[in-house]
Amino acid sequence: MKNTISERIFDFLKNYPPFNLISNATLLEVSQKVEIQYFEKDQIIFSQNDNPHEHFYIIYQGSVRLYRFVENEKHILDICDEGDLFGLRPLIMNENYVMGASANEETILYGIPIVLFHDIILNYPKVSQFLIASFATNTRDPFSEKHKGKLFANVSAIQKIDNSFAEIQSANYNRKPITCSSDTSIQTACIIMTKNIINSIIIIENDIPIGIITDKDIRTKIGTGLYKITSNVNEIMTSPVVTFPQNISVAEAQIMILKHKVSHLCITKDGTNKTALVGILTQQDLILTQGNNPSLLIKEIKNAKDTETLKHIRTKASELTKGYLEQEIPIYFVTKVISEINTAITKKAIRLSVSEIGKEPPVKFSWLALGSQGRKEQLLMTDQDNALVFENVTPAEYNGVKNYFMELAEKVTEKLNMVGFDYCPANIMASNPKWCISLEEWEQQFEEWITDPIAEKILLSIIFFDFELVSGDETLYNKMAESVFKTIEKNLIFLSFLGKITLDNPPPLGFFKQFLVEQDGENKDSFDIKSRAIRPLVDAARILSLHHNLKINNTIERYEKLMEAEPQNRDLFESCANAFKILLQFRTSQGLANNDNGKFVDINSLNKADRLKLKSCFKPIKNVQEAIKLRFKTSQIPQI
Amino acid sequence: MIRFFKKKQTPKFREDHIYKVRNSKKYSNFEDIRFVALDTETTGFDYENDRILCIGAIAIKNNKILVSDAIEIYVKQDVFNKETVKIHGIRKNGSEEKLSEEEAIVKFIEYLDDAVIVAHHTAFDVTMINMALKRLNVGPLESKQLDTNYIHKKIAKTDTYKKIFSLDELCEIYNVKMHDRHTALGDALITAYLFLKQTAKYKKNNALNLFDLINTNYHLLK
Repeated sequence: MKNTISERIFDFLKNYPPFNLISNATLLEVSQKVEIQYFEKDQIIFSQNDNPHEHFYIIYQGSVRLYRFVENEKHILDICDEGDLFGLRPLIMNENYVMGASANEETILYGIPIVLFHDIILNYPKVSQFLIASFATNTRDPFSEKHKGKLFANVSAIQKIDNSFAEIQSANYNRKPITCSSDTSIQTACIIMTKNIINSIIIIENDIPIGIITDKDIRTKIGTGLYKITSNVNEIMTSPVVTFPQNISVAEAQIMILKHKVSHLCITKDGTNKTALVGILTQQDLILTQGNNPSLLIKEIKNAKDTETLKHIRTKASELTKGYLEQEIPIYFVTKVISEINTAITKKAIRLSVSEIGKEPPVKFSWLALGSQGRKEQLLMTDQDNALVFENVTPAEYNGVKNYFMELAEKVTEKLNMVGFDYCPANIMASNPKWCISLEEWEQQFEEWITDPIAEKILLSIIFFDFELVSGDETLYNKMAESVFKTIEKNLIFLSFLGKITLDNPPPLGFFKQFLVEQDGENKDSFDIKSRAIRPLVDAARILSLHHNLKINNTIERYEKLMEAEPQNRDLFESCANAFKILLQFRTSQGLANNDNGKFVDINSLNKADRLKLKSCFKPIKNVQEAIKLRFKTSQIPQI
Repeated sequence: MIRFFKKKQTPKFREDHIYKVRNSKKYSNFEDIRFVALDTETTGFDYENDRILCIGAIAIKNNKILVSDAIEIYVKQDVFNKETVKIHGIRKNGSEEKLSEEEAIVKFIEYLDDAVIVAHHTAFDVTMINMALKRLNVGPLESKQLDTNYIHKKIAKTDTYKKIFSLDELCEIYNVKMHDRHTALGDALITAYLFLKQTAKYKKNNALNLFDLINTNYHLLK
């Protein structure tokens, strides 16, 4: 019955996923069936291993602590806030609670009957997709560092749905499933499977699927000697099979596979196991359907004939990033893949430009990526930072050569801009005559920066010190790197100046452990995660690497090398690397969620768990800055 | 003579009500008891002359407020007091679907079933309902009754013997958000929240059983 209370509950629920994804009529129906529960602080809502309740919960007021006992030791997994959902997965999976929940403070919960939700999951692909994303972030590793705060409050997963069609597109399944009759011997079935290079065979009777044998059955039932290889397949087959109608969507398939814990779904005429088999859908098919896989993308880049195609591929790469983050693929791997893709795009842009000019380059050159691209830490579409170096030429040749490379650089940066990499506002690009110069000129430039360290020059040099070869001649690139190290070795005081500058970004916690937020301007009350948290770690890694002559740019790799170079500071560098990984992942998911470069984080939009996670990254920043202060005696450097 | 007997005959809803309350087996086990948090909006505070405008009620069972088990009944008005319209917002010819007083009372008593009534200043709401019953020539409610005001007095540490707490004051004390204040169902829900919070507190120092709770209610005790 519709009434004042259910309307009030409706108004509350519609603000939170997945309730914002269902129709008003359905949501009102849900609102009318809610049970309201009150818990005092520390009162247990359910315990680990309890039988599942008939309701799952959304927090109306207060907060709830989720915890898990592992070998009698309690681990707090998460603190859920108002609007967070919990206790749903066991209800869908029909299993006992894998964690306990208790009220972290005085709490009011809305209990939502799971019976209502079964239909909603089937009728609303977006809801099931949301749930899958939420489960996925939590099932793989319940103690995973990053996403555990996202138990069900996985907002980025919701936003993903709006611009991706993968979950509602119909799943591609194998329409010619390999089958055999129930009186086939296991050996014959295995021969058929081997011949067809498949990992399953369906047992049919009059075209109707009655059972399935997978590689796993062969391993667990034949390999262990439980059954003879000469037995008939019906003795070891799994029966009945999980069936689904022909127009299955990816999301539905995922839910079915998750729900029934199977790796294969039989597609039948009407979706029941009483009609003819028309196909088989495997987990691998699902992965392929979703797969923008990186090697495929790189191949596509190589075949691309114009900028539009490159742009299209780069957009797909962004989708890939989102997918990786949701699946908690290690950030280190994700950055590598994305850097590879960006590098491939730049190479292609150079090749396209050369053929547009219609003349091969007059001398050898290198295209260099700078800044975050040079460090291979670029996940989102950020600004271009690049430069060009060409072989030393005679003064007579110089102008012609320079003009050629200027034309080339202009075309390349233009193309990159079209692909989605904005022009660098500071004009640090190869198309700037200052940064499109010969090897000789670069060496002079480095010398000038290092021997005369004034503030603006240092800030500029920082960007250039993280240069990485993208395309062209490797010898030129190596010679540039050597000149940097040689010049620094002769002018060690430069590192102290560099240290002084990099310490200008203090650890981001103020009094009372509050976040230091921006005081004014467009981003007031936001936390500048790039300048205040990521950059200090990048800067620290750079200065220490220059100190050790380490010719690597990537911040994580730098810290890993530093751990080897200074075993006594192993813990410090390890904590820096970990903090960096978390921050980078954080910035990336923020950027993807808000469709920007993720530089600013709105503190108020974070839940408590995320805030705690962010804060935990600040300690290593403080520690490494202290170390730099001491080592490079930055206090003796006058204000610059 | 026939007319006399007819008049004496108890209507079925009344018989059912008495039977259900007297024969309920649930009262001995707190988890099984269906409580109904109740609030009425009336044209005024005069038992004789004022009338019920709206009855709002929501059930509580095993420490859970059951939204699916709620009722909101608007009553057609013969008597009308324009002063109280300002408080509850129910006009004489508002758009809400309205029942006659008799239909409303029968519907409510059927909904009530064997539930224990919980209200704030229960005596007022119950008397208003009893007066309506009286106009139908039917005896008063037999349901067991609790009052959040008296439960609070039992829990409160300070001596509050003479103090009468308003619903707003209790919301303050028990940290209950006041939504939809002055709608019958809104106030019923607030009362239900209060009841959940009070029983949670009560439980700490007392064994939770219905009869002790009823004993807190010395004012209503007959």
